[in-house]
Amino acid sequence: MPETTLRAERLGKRFGGLRAVADVSIEIKRGEIHAVIGPNGAGKSTLINLLSGELIASSGEIKLGEADITTLAPDKRARAGIGRAFQKTTIFPRFTVHENVRLAAQARSRAPLKMFGGAFADPEVQRRTMEAIGKAGLAGREAIVANVLSHGEQRQLEIAMVLATSPSIILLDEPLAGMGQAEARSIIALIASLREHHAVLIVEHDMDAVFELADRLTVMQDGQVIASGLPQDVRLHPAVRAAYLGNHGDAA
Amino acid sequence: MTKERASPIRTTVLPALILAVALALPFLVPQYYVQFASKVLILGVLAMALNLVVGQGGLVSLCHAAFFGLAGYVLALLSPKYDPASLLLTLPAAVIAAGAVALVIGALALRTRGVYFIMVTLAFGEMLFYLFHDADFAGGSDGAFINAKPELVIAGVRLLDLDKPLVFYFVVLAVTIGAVGLLTMLVRSPFGHALAAARDNERRARALGFPIFRIRLIAFTLSGALAGLAGYFAAIQFGFVAPQMLGWHQSAVALVMVLIGGLSTVTGPLIGALVLLGLEEVLKATFEQWKLIEGIIVIAIVLLLPNGVRQLWPMAVGEADPKPARDDKVAPSPARAPETGHA
Repeated sequence: MPETTLRAERLGKRFGGLRAVADVSIEIKRGEIHAVIGPNGAGKSTLINLLSGELIASSGEIKLGEADITTLAPDKRARAGIGRAFQKTTIFPRFTVHENVRLAAQARSRAPLKMFGGAFADPEVQRRTMEAIGKAGLAGREAIVANVLSHGEQRQLEIAMVLATSPSIILLDEPLAGMGQAEARSIIALIASLREHHAVLIVEHDMDAVFELADRLTVMQDGQVIASGLPQDVRLHPAVRAAYLGNHGDAA
Repeated sequence: MTKERASPIRTTVLPALILAVALALPFLVPQYYVQFASKVLILGVLAMALNLVVGQGGLVSLCHAAFFGLAGYVLALLSPKYDPASLLLTLPAAVIAAGAVALVIGALALRTRGVYFIMVTLAFGEMLFYLFHDADFAGGSDGAFINAKPELVIAGVRLLDLDKPLVFYFVVLAVTIGAVGLLTMLVRSPFGHALAAARDNERRARALGFPIFRIRLIAFTLSGALAGLAGYFAAIQFGFVAPQMLGWHQSAVALVMVLIGGLSTVTGPLIGALVLLGLEEVLKATFEQWKLIEGIIVIAIVLLLPNGVRQLWPMAVGEADPKPARDDKVAPSPARAPETGHA
């Protein structure tokens, strides 16, 4: 059995009178890709934001291993091992590919805020940078300024940055959004390769990709989990068919 | 490939030449210009300090004159009425006081963003201005005199006589070189890169694990302390402190120096100080309406040279025609720009 790495229990988030997420429990394990699907407004992005710390839960708790991280700030969660890619690609656009990834590796180095010695001095940071660039398929593109990369390459870069922080958990919010077929294929292959060393949570609308990637599947609607389990079981769940897949039956 | 766009002329020969000129200057020009050069260096240090938060941090502060003036007031208040104060005592006190106030103001102001940050820093700066303007303990709106310049005495031997313009100039030059060295080290360090990362994309920097608030607060505090260092020597030079030294107008002047010199290099604002004060000097002597002309020239510089007057250098020596040289794919990253200058 794979170890549990991130566990949320009875998580809730209210925005004034709006209940965005209610009573959501989810487990993400190392060696697994856990996909979360659901119609727009189901609370998927809110869930990711609760797990990454951009939002603080109104109720429930989140545990990373044995540690309670429910109220931890996003930077502290990142240092604890949670890496995330955003729905809208979030990189340092004016920096080169190498700089982007090196900053990520620096953030998790022993002295991320050292005030003397060049930023390029730490060989361990340099090693992790090149390793992450290689894993994400950007070798040879190090010197290119991020904002001239294609949309797909920017996604790869964001994943490279996440990898350079050596996370135990990776949260991916719609990694395939706005991508062409060929680009999507390479990102899907990249995500599949993350399974080996990380626990991955992915929110995605592309059902083909979801069923190709997911080891576990959770379906949300109106802020609640309506089904969770192995993809083949969840797919047959009547509530799921009615609520979500029913509308996309052919695609699924 | 990402690095070396600047030629060795610009990275070594030019700085060495400028340093040689700076060292020889007092022996070549009348005393008035030595004092003028001291003033340029002092305000240059203020502008460079400000640029740590503006250029590297992306935080436009309008209260840096408050740190500058506060350090001057610390010297005035610690100086005996007719005797010289001890440099070893008053200098650290002034710099620490400026840094401490920057820490407090930063801790509150850095909770805001963008234009709100500008407004909050402006408000804090004005609070300090009115504190010294309205309270009697430091001479109120009339300001206070520093009758005897502080002296450096070790084991009964007087090592520095800051009354002499020549000595004062060399001390200020050493302080300036130290400030350039310190700031260069900072912007090249992991800390400086993290500060630039937070400027470019705060959300991403935080998601990578950088403690944004702490990074910015440290930068703001160091910047305030360095502004205080400049203010201390400004007070010595003029032998007088007044509330205007803390006011927003002085902060805006420092910001204009930063814009004229360019945000992307450590020494740009120093050049900005030289250009602005030199311009004032020339125009004052020639035109009655000199401020109007100065304003027009400053606007022209900011509009035509968005990277500051340093942009003129490559054009002047034909080192890199900006268009063909700027291959968009290998443009130097902003984090490294402070070391290499703009291509």
